[in-house]
Amino acid sequence: MPSGSTTTAQATDAVSGGPPPELTEASRDETSLRRFLHALPGIDQVGLEQRAATLATRSVKKDAKRWAIDAAISMVDLTTLEGADTPGKVRALTAKARRPDPEYPDVPPVGAVCVYPDLAGVAVRDLAGTGIGVASVATAFPSGRSNRQVKLADTAMAVEAGATEIDMVIDRGAFLTGRYGLVLEEIQAVKAACGDAHLKVILETGELATYDNVRRASWLALLAGADFIKTSTGKVSPAATLPVTHVMLQAVRDWHALTGEHRGVKPAGGIRGTKDAIRYLVAVREVAGPAWLTPRLFRFGASSLLNDLLMQRRRQLTGHYSGADYVSVD
Amino acid sequence: MSETPFEYAPAPESADIANLRPAYQMFVDGKFVDGAGEPMKTVNPATEEVLAEVTTAAASDVDRAVRAARRAYDRVWGRMPGAERAKYLFRIARLIQERSRELAVLETLDNGKPIRESRDADLPTVAAHFFHHAGWADKLDYAGYGPDPQPLGVAAQVIPWNFPLLMLAWKIAPALACGNTVVLKPAETTPLTALVFAEICQQAELPPGVVNIVTGAGEVGAELVAHDGVDKVAFTGSTDVGKRIQRGLAGTGRRLSLELGGKAANIVFDDAPLDQAVEGVVNGIFFNQGHVCCAGSRLLVQESVAEELVARLRDRIGTLRIGDPLDKNTDVGAINSRAQLDRITELADSGDAEGASRWTSPCPVPERGYFFAPTVFSDVQQSMRIAREEIFGPVLSVLTFRTPDEAIAKANNTPYGLSAGIWTEKGSRILWAASRVRAGVVWANTFNRFDPTAPFGGYQESGFGREGGRAGLEAYLNV
Repeated sequence: MPSGSTTTAQATDAVSGGPPPELTEASRDETSLRRFLHALPGIDQVGLEQRAATLATRSVKKDAKRWAIDAAISMVDLTTLEGADTPGKVRALTAKARRPDPEYPDVPPVGAVCVYPDLAGVAVRDLAGTGIGVASVATAFPSGRSNRQVKLADTAMAVEAGATEIDMVIDRGAFLTGRYGLVLEEIQAVKAACGDAHLKVILETGELATYDNVRRASWLALLAGADFIKTSTGKVSPAATLPVTHVMLQAVRDWHALTGEHRGVKPAGGIRGTKDAIRYLVAVREVAGPAWLTPRLFRFGASSLLNDLLMQRRRQLTGHYSGADYVSVD
Repeated sequence: MSETPFEYAPAPESADIANLRPAYQMFVDGKFVDGAGEPMKTVNPATEEVLAEVTTAAASDVDRAVRAARRAYDRVWGRMPGAERAKYLFRIARLIQERSRELAVLETLDNGKPIRESRDADLPTVAAHFFHHAGWADKLDYAGYGPDPQPLGVAAQVIPWNFPLLMLAWKIAPALACGNTVVLKPAETTPLTALVFAEICQQAELPPGVVNIVTGAGEVGAELVAHDGVDKVAFTGSTDVGKRIQRGLAGTGRRLSLELGGKAANIVFDDAPLDQAVEGVVNGIFFNQGHVCCAGSRLLVQESVAEELVARLRDRIGTLRIGDPLDKNTDVGAINSRAQLDRITELADSGDAEGASRWTSPCPVPERGYFFAPTVFSDVQQSMRIAREEIFGPVLSVLTFRTPDEAIAKANNTPYGLSAGIWTEKGSRILWAASRVRAGVVWANTFNRFDPTAPFGGYQESGFGREGGRAGLEAYLNV
């Protein structure tokens, strides 16, 4: 079992001497940033998708499957991001987060609960002392269409409410028009506003359209200090896909090779089944490396995934499916 | 971090699916018969255990098979309308799909290739070849060889052990579509799937004699290709044997197509998509344990990215899983035979002796069975044996180049010319390089991709004639 703490301690094991000069140089000004991002190796779409599809054929059975299910549960950011959210709904989620399956107390708690900033306080009260994180979206989620002041105020609100993780969105409009400096600065400003809270940067890969853009945005976020890079808001289709997650896992792997720091990845949206979740864990293991198989460095942004994981977990223990009525609907 | 690492539990495909029988007969004139030769045993290379006993042909059996093929050609198949031939081919293609799981497991048992490859690469492509050529059978007028092109007659076909069923499909599907009948000899180490294919011919009610499968070692093949009763010889295998066949056929007027060895270059320019180039290089040389005539066995990498690419390559190769070919998570299976393992070992040792630096994947290798860990040689020079001779195993030689012209010169500096790979994000450079590389197949930003619509074949000592696509029909038509 990944017993590693499910809290949100800064997941860095920084090497002495700081980042290598080419990285400090990269974020010096707009021109060098553009030069750095455009010099990243290109991505061949066909080859990437073929590799992702081949890895998805890995057959995970028996002990490996049981391990993977528990690991996946501990990596879930149990999410509700609806206009209709109420404090009651959030309490239902926090209860589920603490004890996902009441009949099996050995089920690990989830990684975090993810809510809108105005409800972060509710989750913080409920989860105090449990070690489960409270993630709050911020920065005019999901579109990011507002000014800097509003985005920072949004972040401050979540942090004051006690959120331990902030899920921000990047300014895709600025990114797509090539104003990388603006995107970088904004992430840095939000990072500063986060204080001790962990920053996850949502790239909204469905709007970036190409894998080359995903790679550039990943490096941009890493340069700006993101603790995690996250695929999607869940509000745009396509949300997380395996090939996009491959690109982001390559980015954190290469970042580690350069700096010695471990940064995390969070695919979000559209991951509903255990089978899908296991395919992501296989990708983590074989693309980034086994070191990333911890909730400190890999999370799933999901809501319905947890119940499927619980049902599959029971199936592994009892040999038969229990049915949707035997897990709680929240 | 976790105490228990995420290690995949064994996930073996059941060997029972192969319906393995203790003995197999050869297939002549629509019937399974015993040959007059000494029976041979076929071995599972992953366990070194005997799988089954297989009858073998004597000269008299080869003669009987050729006569049966002639009769079937004269009386039924040669005069049958293309639309009718197509129905048989479609039926065979569907039966292959229906029995694909059985065939995949049997192929893995007999050949040693991972089940992932026999299931996801070999079998789908086998069925695709029959579907593709079934479609051609009634459209040969439009193949570009003039109106009503005629078949050749009886085709003698000898195939290798690296893709037993796929090579059978490459040979039999176009021959039948064009109206020829065939006598095919599978390799002596991998005869089983061809004999199950013969069952499928029976199931499809193919007229007797249209397809005949004779079994045995090299001398049976020699008997077959030298037989007076054949009109066409098609051979896939080593360059030495190919040359012998060509000498034997000189002056007889019989048609010949040869698909022989290769020493393909995979050229990685410094603007290549690096992560995908690493995948492509791995797939180019470790697919099917490197038992691929078009394997990308020479990596030519531009000096400015050589260090980075080779480092990434080693990391990636270190994740390849070598072991039980029936395990669904195995990436690299067993070497097909003791003889081939010895040859690979000998050539790799010559690399050490000639001064190249060997790196071997740290992955665990099974103690029993014929296995060879993925190996990369760097500091390889053009003059070394490992850069010139076909190794036919999981051994990659890394050479570097400084300028595009040097890359082409090195790539072409081989007596072979079967395939090449080009890795660059620049379209104009792909076209520039593809027009200069002397190879029958050039892949751009990918490697080892096969499709029945794409002709396959070589230059120089890699042979002549094409298989697949419209161009491939020419080998079986009198044009």
